[in-house]
Amino acid sequence: MEAVTFFIAALIAVAGACGVVSLKNPVHAALSLVATLFGVAIHFINLEAYFLAAVQVIVYAGAIVILFLFVIMLLGVDRAEDMESDPIIGQRQLALLATAGLLILGIFIAVAFSGEVTGVPPIEAQQSTFEGGLAIDSGSISKGVPPEQNIKEIGRALFSTRYVFALEITALLLTIGVVGAVVLTRRSKSELEPIPVVEPPALMRNSEGEIELALNEDEQSPIEETIDPPAEDLPNEEVEVNGE
Amino acid sequence: MTFAMAIGTEYYLALSALLFTIGAGGLLVRRNPLIMFMCIELMLNAANLAFVSFGKEMNDLGGQISVLFVLVVAAAEVVIGLAIVVAVMRRRPKASIDEVSVLRG
Repeated sequence: MEAVTFFIAALIAVAGACGVVSLKNPVHAALSLVATLFGVAIHFINLEAYFLAAVQVIVYAGAIVILFLFVIMLLGVDRAEDMESDPIIGQRQLALLATAGLLILGIFIAVAFSGEVTGVPPIEAQQSTFEGGLAIDSGSISKGVPPEQNIKEIGRALFSTRYVFALEITALLLTIGVVGAVVLTRRSKSELEPIPVVEPPALMRNSEGEIELALNEDEQSPIEETIDPPAEDLPNEEVEVNGE
Repeated sequence: MTFAMAIGTEYYLALSALLFTIGAGGLLVRRNPLIMFMCIELMLNAANLAFVSFGKEMNDLGGQISVLFVLVVAAAEVVIGLAIVVAVMRRRPKASIDEVSVLRG
């Protein structure tokens, strides 16, 4: 039964991965990425990592792929990519050659690590894993545990002295991610308020003399550069309107 | 035909290697930055699968914990990466990675 599940899930995962690589439309690629993630989630269940299977579906398929789709729709890039043009000559052929070599290497290592080939039974390997900290009692997986037990073990291990520092670091990383995303996508001030910057010199030009006008134009020369980008953005906005 | 064959760790590792190489190949071949990010996700998933299968082989919970950390890093990476893509593609809407070969907006 485990073998049937494995091969079906592997088929789903590999087919989805091939779809991500080969489909021209980014939306289709994102949807086949979902298939791959579901396949990997089934493998996680097969490997008795029940909590990770749930997290895989919720976080990856539920959040990350939706983020991808959101950006695709926001940018309006859901059109086919030109697969024929090749700016670097022979890049795709070299890439296929390199990945074929990588695949052979990976399969070789996978076979070499299997217990049958090296003669190292998994039982012996089990005894040399955990050696320190409070995580000793919660650090090993009991066989055939129910899903609740798996979650409990992961929670205990995460907040044990062994992993709690890494957990705090990931919290910091997520905070940096949020702040970085806001900073990166925020439109800068020069883009946001071009109109109040432009208006006052025109009024001053009408009421004051010529010298003021010349000074203002000198001062404006750097500002005019910042006014340019919205004009460039116009075709971009047209694309968005067409997308709707 | 009976399906009594045992699925050992090497099967999962082989599948992980296959997924990783598909992702790496896609990263090298495709030019759409969004699809390149998806290929990075594929490679991270392959690594996750290897982590969990090694964790089961070694009877160690560290594999599953590592997957949680990889998940967090992947989420942060996607957020930052997509923010950069949005910021760049606002100016250059052609959606090709060749457009951004120089390091200025």
